[in-house]
Amino acid sequence: MTPPLALTALPQEQVATTPNPGGNALLDLVNKIGPPEWIPDWIVALHAVGAGVGILIGIVSLIAMYSVWMERKVSGHMQCRLGPMYAGGWHGWAQTIADGVKLLMKEDMIPTGADRVLFIIAPGIVLASIFGALVAFPISYDFYFARMDLGIFMILALGSTTTIGVIMAGWASNSKWSLYGAMREAAQVIAYEIPLGLALMAPLITLGTFSLLDASALQSDWFGMKWAIFTNPANLPAFVIFWIAALAETKRAPFDLPEAESELVAGFLTEYSGIRWSFFFMEEYAAMFLMSVIAAMFWFGGFESPATWALRSAGVEGGIFFGAVCFVTLVIKAFAGVFLMMWLRWTLPRVRIDQVMTMGYKYLTPLALLCVLIAAVSEAVKSLLF
Amino acid sequence: MVEQTQEYKPSIQPSEEGRVLPSGEREFFFDVSTSDLEVNMGPQHPATHGVMRVLLRTDGELVTGAQPHLGYLHRGAEKIGENVEWLQYLPYTDRYDYLAAMNNNLGYSLAVEALMPGLEIPRRATLIRTICAELNRIASHLIAFGTYGLDIGAFTPFFYAFREREWIQALFEKICGARLTYSYIRIGGVFNEAPPGWLKEVEHFCDVFEEKWKEYYDLLALNHIFVMRTKDIGVITPEMAYDFGLTGPMLRGSGIDFDLRRDMPYMDYTEIWEAGAYQIPLGSGEKGTLGDCWDRFDVRVKEMIESIKIVRYCLGVIEPGPVLGDVPKVIKVPPGEAYVGIENPRGELGHYSHSDGGKVAVRCRVRGPSFVNLAVLEDLMPGTLLADSVAIIGSTDIVVGETDR
Repeated sequence: MTPPLALTALPQEQVATTPNPGGNALLDLVNKIGPPEWIPDWIVALHAVGAGVGILIGIVSLIAMYSVWMERKVSGHMQCRLGPMYAGGWHGWAQTIADGVKLLMKEDMIPTGADRVLFIIAPGIVLASIFGALVAFPISYDFYFARMDLGIFMILALGSTTTIGVIMAGWASNSKWSLYGAMREAAQVIAYEIPLGLALMAPLITLGTFSLLDASALQSDWFGMKWAIFTNPANLPAFVIFWIAALAETKRAPFDLPEAESELVAGFLTEYSGIRWSFFFMEEYAAMFLMSVIAAMFWFGGFESPATWALRSAGVEGGIFFGAVCFVTLVIKAFAGVFLMMWLRWTLPRVRIDQVMTMGYKYLTPLALLCVLIAAVSEAVKSLLF
Repeated sequence: MVEQTQEYKPSIQPSEEGRVLPSGEREFFFDVSTSDLEVNMGPQHPATHGVMRVLLRTDGELVTGAQPHLGYLHRGAEKIGENVEWLQYLPYTDRYDYLAAMNNNLGYSLAVEALMPGLEIPRRATLIRTICAELNRIASHLIAFGTYGLDIGAFTPFFYAFREREWIQALFEKICGARLTYSYIRIGGVFNEAPPGWLKEVEHFCDVFEEKWKEYYDLLALNHIFVMRTKDIGVITPEMAYDFGLTGPMLRGSGIDFDLRRDMPYMDYTEIWEAGAYQIPLGSGEKGTLGDCWDRFDVRVKEMIESIKIVRYCLGVIEPGPVLGDVPKVIKVPPGEAYVGIENPRGELGHYSHSDGGKVAVRCRVRGPSFVNLAVLEDLMPGTLLADSVAIIGSTDIVVGETDR
């Protein structure tokens, strides 16, 4: 069992070279309690992992559900409406639950002439890949599903796997509009993966780590405000590029071309209904949250804020209360990002496919490369000066 | 998987003149011929503003051909006009351009009144007619503004436009009890007197709307993405506009200065024009080419503020008096034929009425601006992208109830 990273003690060089065996906080916990001798190890491990998966799915579903509710409220208030007001009593808080129940009870329809197998597994692939990516999302310093040195790498790899599911859905639907949507998604994701990854390089160079937990721990100075966005001049433009690319990756307006409802009816979602449709929807909101978590972790201090700094200087470190503060800090930051995405969606018109391509290849990619260069040079200068 | 219009057989075979490569293999000749994809845009498509169908021929995202199909909302409105009495036909006119019912009532009433030389229209009735027609023009253009935003992908302006339109509808509800199909302007004047304080409320609306209008203009019309999406798209040259017989904002978007309110005046529009109360906005190619989608949109949005000016002028000169001329319960129109064209929000709405002196029209013909303006689609759409074709359909601002009647 690895002890959680000592937050303030480790200088940067040491963090980068500390061997990290990886692990699962639940498994560590079970091992610490010490299960009876006669239970085989693999059963213990399996249960720990199963519990982890359950918690993960629960948290992510809850987040996705409340992102949907939040989107409806945000869009409502931006458009001089109220949004849902009745379900559950207080400001329609149970609206999404009611919708979920309705979607579950709907008839399971597969259009004639659809490729049944692909049509059925496509939503599964989409949802599985986004949940897989969220495995790297830590709840707090002490509680994580998987401790990975290359966490961000895994998030990006699994996050872009959703595209395969979308293309599959578009192809299998046997609808021309769906096919258009799928083709647009493929073109768009390929164009924006590159600036997304490159823009992320700037804070990675600044922080010197691929691990989400380490990245957060490294931003704990300056009263919890030594966020990467303040420590390197390249990080702010890199964040803007990352954000634009993240909008394109998550198919959010102004880049919602794959499901452009005024052009393609509903794009790749045209033939989907009921619970399968809600899988795509859940993926969209989980992906939004994931992108916001990445932004929060690598640009905006992760778990670190003046609140965590105050707790730490008061000697409260580790334990459930500190973990909860960490989690709340991260979730607030992430939901600020989600709100920004919603704000943009309900303000901007949609761009055209050739403009999307031009922007991705001609402007964002070179600019992201420039950001990487500036970040590297300024880091080198910093290490020479200080 | 996707239906092909022509038979499609990819064949991979050694070509006749294929070289033998140094490795000993024969060079292959790939005969992969692909045909264009035919897509039905509509009748249930969000971008067709109702139940129009456009048969698109596409090569990937590129539209290579487009053909609008009509008739999904055909109700035989003109034929009904030959079977019901003059006044009974008035509610049917509400239903062809259902976004500008006041203007339809007005056009029909004027066409019938043209056959009744003895009928005096009171001045107050004329002014209330003008106010209602112009308010309805604003409401109609607000829909055009909002739905064009929807076509381009911006949702929020639509709701703002609806908020203001709701206000206009509330005003109409107060004056005639209906929110969409008014039947308020009728042969001989208007149906009833405006309720007390109504004119004050209209003035208040004008004050608020002028403020809001600026916000909307900045939010949508000057939005960079919006401008990029609509400039240089769907360019109608002035010659084309003449050739297709376009009217209304479609024509003025191409820079042709022609407005029936000024050039073929009816009611008291000459007086308002001579008083300098309003201008006629024209497309100027400000953001791109003259006659592109942005110009047409811009003309519509600016017309709203000109309508406000007309309403203000009318509010300034209106005086108490009767609102309905001396019309019998059952109208008998003297024999004759008349054509009156008025400036509908979408262009020239012409009513041709032919009477043989009886209670029922012999012929009741309508020239719908949407129907005529729609014809240009077939020429505009080929060579654009799929998203542009939606922008072009939106910029024609058709109402399907009117194209089919």
